[in-house]
Amino acid sequence: MKSLEELRALREKMKSQTDNRSVAGSDETVIKVGMATCGIAAGARPVLDALLDEAGKRHLHNVSISQTGCIGMCRLEPIVEVFRDGQKYTYVHMTAEKARRVIVEHVVNGNVCAEYLVGEN
Amino acid sequence: MRELALNVLDITENSLRAGAKLVRIALNIRFAEDRFSIDIEDDGCGMDEEMLARVTDPFTTTRTTRKVGMGLPLFRYSAESAGGSFSIQSQKGKGTRVHAEYCIGHIDRIPLGDFGGVVLQLITMNPAVDFCVEVRSEEGEGLLDTRQFREILGDVPFTEPEVRAFLREYIQENLVSIYGGRL
Ligand SMILES: Nc1ncnc2c1ncn2[C@@H]1O[C@H](COP(=O)(O)OP(=O)(O)OP(=O)(O)O)[C@@H](O)[C@H]1O
Ligand code: FES
Ligand SMILES: [Mg+2]
Repeated sequence: MKSLEELRALREKMKSQTDNRSVAGSDETVIKVGMATCGIAAGARPVLDALLDEAGKRHLHNVSISQTGCIGMCRLEPIVEVFRDGQKYTYVHMTAEKARRVIVEHVVNGNVCAEYLVGEN
Repeated sequence: MRELALNVLDITENSLRAGAKLVRIALNIRFAEDRFSIDIEDDGCGMDEEMLARVTDPFTTTRTTRKVGMGLPLFRYSAESAGGSFSIQSQKGKGTRVHAEYCIGHIDRIPLGDFGGVVLQLITMNPAVDFCVEVRSEEGEGLLDTRQFREILGDVPFTEPEVRAFLREYIQENLVSIYGGRL
């Protein structure tokens, strides 16, 4: 069973590794998922999980994914905001599948998923 | 909400918005009595009596983006429509405690759902807040205290992939295993 002892061992192992992860710099992409009641009820959790999973699988270290409260557009939830190159992109009515596409197409390849943007549907 | 775990996430979001530094979440299960309860307790800003009296009415909210607050009314309804009960206590400047009780076998009881996933989300997404999560039944009990994890990890964040993977398993083995697929 996973115990605190095991966590201590893991921590020791991590100490001895040299940190080769890239530090968040100006090229960082910030992603926020709305997690107010309306967002949660509309399915924000699977969307957040899909973003974390896809970014994790691709070892994207210059991407920060977090949750935020109310974005102010209940009817368009789940909402994902992507901040990149000084711009904000608001993706609405998101699903886990669409979230994975945003990681692959927008975050990795730099092509905005225009059909999911607010105002496009 | 389709899962009670989502209500737990939502009610805990209230605690975070209230500036809580420590949130306690407890599942107390009495399989023999066919009942279990969910408690969420915080040390946030709390509410005065007047606010508290109105708070399970859906037209009470301090948010500015819309006029209705749905979180507490939904949680209350989830319990009262499943042969259970609901209560909330709060003290201005001290904190808030929300309690919901359920009849496990009631036909209208919403399933608990991915409680482990919600705990993982809460502890990894809120690095400035500590969580103490307990699951207890006649058969055993499990505890997760982020203060213990932080003491060991120092400046290593919970979001590091290896740490996150550890936490996921820790939650599964210490908390979720207490009730298995029975809630
Ligand atoms: N733990 C808490 N500490 C302090 N105030 C709280 C707490 N929980 C709820 N409140 C107050 O009660 C109000 C109603 O809460 P409720 O969750 O029902 O709706 P809401 O959070 O305003 O909106 P939402 O529908 O997104 O949940 C909140 O706006 C807040 O002012
Ligand atoms: S409460 Fe729904 S987006 Fe703000
Ligand atoms: Mg709320």
